[in-house]
Amino acid sequence: MSKVEFNKETGPREVFCGLTSIVWLHRRMPDAFFLVVGSRTCAHLIQSAAGVMIFAEPRFGTAILEEKDLAGLADAHEELDRVVNDLIARRPEIKTLFLVGSCPSEVIKLDLATVAEKLNKRFLGQVRFVNYSGSGIETTFTQGEDGALKALIPLMESSNEEKLLLVGTLANNVEDRFKKIFRNLGISNIESFPPRQSTELPKIGKNTKVLLTQPYLSDTVRDLKHRGCEIISAPFPLGIEGSTKWFLAAAKAFKISELKVHEIISPLINRAKLALDSHKEILKGKRLFLLPESQLEISLARFLHNECEMDLIEVGTPYLNKDLMKEEINLLPDNTKIVEGQHVEKQLDRVRESNPDLVVCGMGLANPLEAEGISTKWSIEMVFSPIHGIDQAADLAGLFSKPLKRNQILTSKTLVTH
Amino acid sequence: MELTLWTYEGPPHVGAMRIASSMKDIHYVLHAPQGDTYADLLFTMIERRGQRPPVTYTTFQARDLGGDTAELVKKNIKEAVERFKPKTLLVGESCTAELIQDQPGALAKGMGFDMPIVNLELPAYSKKENWGASETFYQLTRTLLKEKVSSSDKINPLRWRELGRRPKVNILGPSLLGFRCRDDVIEIQRILSEQGIDTNVVAPLGASPDDIQRLIDAEINICLYQEIAEASCEWLRRNFGMEYTNTIPIGIKNTIEFINEVHEKLDLPLTNKEELENKSKLPWYSKSVDSNYLTGKRVFIFGDGTHAIAAAKIAKEELGFEVVGLGTYSREMARQVRATAKDLNVEALITNNYLEVEDAMKKAAPELVLGTQMERHSAKRLGIPCSVISTPMHVQDVPARYSPQMGWEGANVIFDDWVHPLMMGLEEHLIDMFKHDFEFVDGHQSHLGHTATNTNNILNSDEKKEKNSKEGIIWTESGRAELTKVPFFVRGKVKTNTEKYAILRGIPEISDETLYDAKAYFS
Repeated sequence: MSKVEFNKETGPREVFCGLTSIVWLHRRMPDAFFLVVGSRTCAHLIQSAAGVMIFAEPRFGTAILEEKDLAGLADAHEELDRVVNDLIARRPEIKTLFLVGSCPSEVIKLDLATVAEKLNKRFLGQVRFVNYSGSGIETTFTQGEDGALKALIPLMESSNEEKLLLVGTLANNVEDRFKKIFRNLGISNIESFPPRQSTELPKIGKNTKVLLTQPYLSDTVRDLKHRGCEIISAPFPLGIEGSTKWFLAAAKAFKISELKVHEIISPLINRAKLALDSHKEILKGKRLFLLPESQLEISLARFLHNECEMDLIEVGTPYLNKDLMKEEINLLPDNTKIVEGQHVEKQLDRVRESNPDLVVCGMGLANPLEAEGISTKWSIEMVFSPIHGIDQAADLAGLFSKPLKRNQILTSKTLVTH
Repeated sequence: MELTLWTYEGPPHVGAMRIASSMKDIHYVLHAPQGDTYADLLFTMIERRGQRPPVTYTTFQARDLGGDTAELVKKNIKEAVERFKPKTLLVGESCTAELIQDQPGALAKGMGFDMPIVNLELPAYSKKENWGASETFYQLTRTLLKEKVSSSDKINPLRWRELGRRPKVNILGPSLLGFRCRDDVIEIQRILSEQGIDTNVVAPLGASPDDIQRLIDAEINICLYQEIAEASCEWLRRNFGMEYTNTIPIGIKNTIEFINEVHEKLDLPLTNKEELENKSKLPWYSKSVDSNYLTGKRVFIFGDGTHAIAAAKIAKEELGFEVVGLGTYSREMARQVRATAKDLNVEALITNNYLEVEDAMKKAAPELVLGTQMERHSAKRLGIPCSVISTPMHVQDVPARYSPQMGWEGANVIFDDWVHPLMMGLEEHLIDMFKHDFEFVDGHQSHLGHTATNTNNILNSDEKKEKNSKEGIIWTESGRAELTKVPFFVRGKVKTNTEKYAILRGIPEISDETLYDAKAYFS
């Protein structure tokens, strides 16, 4: 293992809560509805994170708790029943309804598991109810997806059929590319979790080999292991290096030779390197500071250093599972400073002191840093853009080179920003 | 429990953030879990602010709940005060912290600071954003001025004469995330200045706690947005005798009435009354022959109370539209909106549910919608032109150019913004003239950017409806042909009316003649 410096920090944080992941989960499974049981804050958060406006009736909503719901939990359960009935009458096409816990529902100890159980009996054969928590007191941003996937595992039937299971939400086009490459490698039985239809859950068992596509799925991994699945240890498929090692690890699990893998993917690698060059020219030698948000930070740092030759000042992450991340950490350069958790004020002090060329941060911080003359990239874009795989390596680099390129074009440094 | 797919207003602590972020030298410690920081992006992304909102979130987690969250609050308050050195500290809770009852305001007051501390109690489970903003501004004003209450005489609005200076007023209510506040303030200050009136303080936008303490140097208050400032204005009236204005200067008539009201309250003679109507181009543009086609245009209005009421008045009295729907999401202003609706002979829609608004819009069959960004989306789906008149804020509502809603320039902006989505008068006339030419294709009206109401769609949807129609009314060839000749934007209405007429008269088949009979019947 490389000599990486681990630090922990606590204090005020500037991150999204797990509810935010509904924004991509509801698009992945168009037959599912996400009902947050929470406050007006929860509703406002999701609509703000989802890009402020919606263009049609959305497949997510909030059952907003009111004063009378707080007075008696029995009434709250009845009220939730009524809201669910209304919702299902309005949206009869919904096949799976996620009841999503929030900070207030957790604090008043609203038992969504029991509610889901009752509803499952009542709507048997029509709608399935699943519950998980996306609350900010327990989850950060992408951990919401971890909770949602973990909640689906008990619904997955058992099967000892040998298969490759890709776990973690991917853009559909990226998923299709991956499946094609795996088929070319000779792996024919490939499924994805979450699936594109919430009712088409893959069957799992002791011959299921799990390959993670996202680094934020600790709880899901634990439960898949309990169901007998084998977890393939690999870095994550970001960039050429990560994706190559990811394919190699999968191939090894299926006893496919390295030679075969190289034969299939080297044309892709050559093409990707060519595409990456122009971005590398801009990124090379530039100093990078990553603030914590998506848990993708470590993989991004590895890609931006090893393939784009950026220098790493600090790699923040909201949460660090050293076991899940060990392959990634091994690839980081010596003396990389990883900071788990956040004290946003102290971290911003370090940003200013270190004078980075680029900061990866949340949307609340981006414009204020730009106003101080520091280029930024919003981290939320990483979870909405197709960035995985060899073919996307240049696009991924492009997300970081674009703000720097723009900075070179627009040279004025003393702007009035209000 | 209320099922909400989308909400016009955020929670009340976001209202408090609007006040804090609008001002200088203030810091807000918000007892809140992680995730609530999303609200920062409303300011940094939508308003493109180059500063973070002056807010410290205590960021408590589940594991803190068993321990001492009060200590966490105190630690954050201490750090925030040391780091930001605010002149006034706001302390409050978001929805979750309200449940754990740490009383952060009381904790802060016990920490021995010498700056004023405002303890904000904003009930998150019953109130919303605008209420929170209003309450915060009120509590702040009260905290900073309460010591001066007993020592001050009631303010005589005529004292400027004795003092030998121009009259001074405060402009209260403009805030961040308020609709075009930035430019309204400039416009109103310009108008007042032209009338020989000085602005003492604008608040909360751009004001510091010191400015709040100077509010009583002015003679009267201008209540520019009732949603935010009325509670403060009322408190200043009760305690310092400061009168405040009721007229919102949006539109020509209201702007003139506003100027009159200010002059009356200050006992300042109005010398340029006849000039006022010509300060804006709206009256002449509205009178010019090209605007003839605006007469009786059916308009549906929904927004915050202030902007919806003003829009209704302008639509009816200054542009000659027919208001076919009026509503608001501001429950606090429901009474005023209902009164305005009653005058217009329509039923007011008071709701926070955008789907109800869309339904009402559909039923009213308007030719123009004036609404929020959400109504813009709904109108787009229905193929109706729309102009945005109200919050909730969208990045498009913070234009780079000077673009007020109030005063003379505001009236100019309104004329352009409302009329351009409709077709220009002459253009409409030409379309009418040429629409039977073979080159003419329905749905090519580029202004509207939609194809939802072209002839094929209408006929296709007709056919579907016809088969399902329980009345079993049939459109004959001639009836159908005549219907296609009706301008597309009223075709839906004509169709409904004709069918209504047919049912009324027991006519089983609609021919071209039935269409004309119905037209005569309903005119």
